[in-house]
Amino acid sequence: MVTAVRIAPDGTLSLEAPYVGEAKRSLAEVADIQGSFTLSDVSVAYGREVVIEGVDLFIPPRAVTALIGPSGCGKSTLLRCLNRMNDELGNVHVQGEISLDGQSIMGRAMDPVELRMRVGQVFQRPNPFPMSIYDNVAYGPRTQGIRRRSELDSLVEESLKGAALWEEVRKNLKKHAFELSGGQQQRLCIARALATKPEVILMDEPASALDPISTQQIEDTIAELRSSVTIVIVTHNMQQAARISDQTAFMLRESLDTPAHLIEVGDTKKIFTNPDDRRTESYITGRFG
Amino acid sequence: MTRLTRARRARATEQLARVVTGLAAAAVVGAAVFVVAYIVKNGAGALDVGFLTGAPRDRGRAGGIFPIIMGTIYVTVATAAFTLPVGVLAGVYLSEYAPRTFATRAIKLAITNMAGVPSIVYGLFGLAAFVLTAGLGRSLIASALTLTCMTLPVVITATEEALRQIPTDLRHAALALGATKLRTIRTVVLPAAAPGIITGSILGLARAAGETAPILFTGAVFQMRRLPDSPLSQFMSLPYHIYAQVTSVPGWNRTLVWGTALVLVGGVSIISVAAAVWRSIRRRKVTW
Amino acid sequence: MTPASLTPNRRRLGRTVTTRAAEAVLRALIYICGWLCIVILLAIAAFLVYNSVRSLREAGLTTMLSGMQWYPTSDPGRFGLAPLVVGSLLVTAVALALAVPVGIAAAVYISEFSGGAVKEVSKSVIEFLAAVPSVVYGLIGVAVLIPAVKDSFGLSSGMTALTGGIVLGIMSIPTVISISEDALHAVPVELRQGSAALGNTRWQTTYKVTVPAASSGIFASVMLGLGRAIGETMAVLMLTGNAAVMPHGVLESVRTMTGTIAAEMGEVVQGGLHYSVLFTVGLVLFAITFGINLAADLVLERQQRRWRR
Repeated sequence: MVTAVRIAPDGTLSLEAPYVGEAKRSLAEVADIQGSFTLSDVSVAYGREVVIEGVDLFIPPRAVTALIGPSGCGKSTLLRCLNRMNDELGNVHVQGEISLDGQSIMGRAMDPVELRMRVGQVFQRPNPFPMSIYDNVAYGPRTQGIRRRSELDSLVEESLKGAALWEEVRKNLKKHAFELSGGQQQRLCIARALATKPEVILMDEPASALDPISTQQIEDTIAELRSSVTIVIVTHNMQQAARISDQTAFMLRESLDTPAHLIEVGDTKKIFTNPDDRRTESYITGRFG
Repeated sequence: MTRLTRARRARATEQLARVVTGLAAAAVVGAAVFVVAYIVKNGAGALDVGFLTGAPRDRGRAGGIFPIIMGTIYVTVATAAFTLPVGVLAGVYLSEYAPRTFATRAIKLAITNMAGVPSIVYGLFGLAAFVLTAGLGRSLIASALTLTCMTLPVVITATEEALRQIPTDLRHAALALGATKLRTIRTVVLPAAAPGIITGSILGLARAAGETAPILFTGAVFQMRRLPDSPLSQFMSLPYHIYAQVTSVPGWNRTLVWGTALVLVGGVSIISVAAAVWRSIRRRKVTW
Repeated sequence: MTPASLTPNRRRLGRTVTTRAAEAVLRALIYICGWLCIVILLAIAAFLVYNSVRSLREAGLTTMLSGMQWYPTSDPGRFGLAPLVVGSLLVTAVALALAVPVGIAAAVYISEFSGGAVKEVSKSVIEFLAAVPSVVYGLIGVAVLIPAVKDSFGLSSGMTALTGGIVLGIMSIPTVISISEDALHAVPVELRQGSAALGNTRWQTTYKVTVPAASSGIFASVMLGLGRAIGETMAVLMLTGNAAVMPHGVLESVRTMTGTIAAEMGEVVQGGLHYSVLFTVGLVLFAITFGINLAADLVLERQQRRWRR
């Protein structure tokens, strides 16, 4: 194993025991792999109340990063920073620097509409559009101006295959999306996100509204996707984080009147077997949360 | 007083209250049944092909009401053509764009107040604004614009309420795929809200079709030889026809006038019921 | 094993200048339409005032409002609005005397004592009553109520304030019921359960807890019913006989403000004094209904805020 070079936000370099994020970082720099996020000193405020403070995080490309932590610690809020969905909520202010493949996505530097074509999102509850399966998946490509039927057809097929839904629905793509089961709907939402060919997919507790079998299918889908897209997943379920992620980041809000911080980030195996921080250890061993 | 008599008395009062309020409700339902039965009983005799397809003769004492039906349809369709786009866009503004400020509150207040302005005042406004100031003269288009002002609050409110029913998650799903806010509204939110918008609007337009006061001096006429052939021609209309027969035709033909009323009420009801049924079918299919 | 073509694209994803321009235009349209209602409402007020100016200057508002004689076509014309205002109030009073008790009682029954199919049917029936055109109510009044009033009171004509008021009452009932019913329905179920748990019967709960809790909504329903009655035109025009003299009771013929405008506007010289006076009548009507609606709206909003969260 190569020793990775850690680049601190202030530019200083340090050598460190490797974990997947760092290995991928050096790889990303050499091979120009897309879909990495670099967050430095990111803070989020709802109105005047600062809810997240000082997050430094590297999200490696083509790997699964899990955000874990007790409810209310700002995992979903941090996730929404990555595709600027906080802009839509109003009254949310994000400070610090976030860049996607070295390009800043903050402020006027990036059109959020363009960003979201590159960074897809899957929501907590399945939220297919009230239209056919085909039209759901084709929505993103059509938004990008793709009109050719053959091109759409192949995109829909690839995306449904990518989300492991193709075999179940290939015969009736015209069926209304609401006729699918909850788990199928959620995989349809993944397919819908894949159809824009994003570099990154954000998942906000994608399996929390699903039964165990559907959850298993979603996890299988994620496992298949990890080689082609970056996945950032928020989850409450620690076993899930341990099963599917390469890198794990633990967030914690230590009291109600202090903002949440990123406590520890590292290789998933290390976080779950030998965390550096005492608080991480108590959380993953189930002492609170 | 013992507890028992108290309880017995309470039970008796309960029964009495139930009966009294029930009678009030029954009276209202009875009134509606009476209205329908009376119109049908008196008007059904007039309904035949000649009545529906012929022109009125002898100042409406004989003949049919075809041009009058057409006049009502024309003015209602023209009203719809003005009201729907403007009303839907205004509803979109209120539901999707309006900030929570005093100004927005003022707009909502204006809308509820517009719904309460007497129809005859709309008639005055239409006369002064569209007929005279805008120079449209007494015409189909002046009447349609007047009815538009009256119907707008209904369409706006229906649109706003239908849009509010659409879950935020659905909007976010589209935005997260890189759709702009406008594209999200156009391709996801509005189609999903369409049943509510259309039904609410049709109910408002049906009411506009039955209005007399706003068209009284903005374009409706009692007698016309032909169908309106341009937006600037005058027109005949079912409610105005009924009013004119009763008040200014000595010896008006009761059967024909009731037939006209039956056509008006029947038409308005059929369209409203069809709209409501369609909505409930669509609702059953789509649950959030 | 994901299909290779699923790998991220490097296409330029930006929006073109034309789509941006089209969006800007559409967004501007949305904002304009959003503000249009205020514009229309202001325009209505402005046109009414502008056309009233001549009569306000030549006849004067207080003179008109206190004038007892309405002889618009005599020379010089007399434009006393008092008989018309009193006529409107009289008809409206009759209408409310009918609509308020019946409407509120029916709303209580529908909301508190009925359920399932009965509730659904009565609601659709009320919607139907609200959708019947006013000219049809007028026609039914002409055919049924005018002879009935004439015979039962031995009058020479059945066209009276009472006749118009009864029909107007029936027309206002749907407004009173639907808004009262909404207000009763909005009372949290916990409140009712709390009262029932204290051993109150359904009716005791209703008049001790539910109705007082919904009182402002019920009050608003009465206000809106009042607004509807005072602004109604066609039915009163066909039923009240339209004698523009100061009435002494409900069994006399009256002329309302709305009826006056409808009956006379067709025959006046545009821009003349009579024309301008009719706009003043419209302005008075507008001011009255505006005040009523504003009050009802404020009351309703307070009610809604009360039960929020």
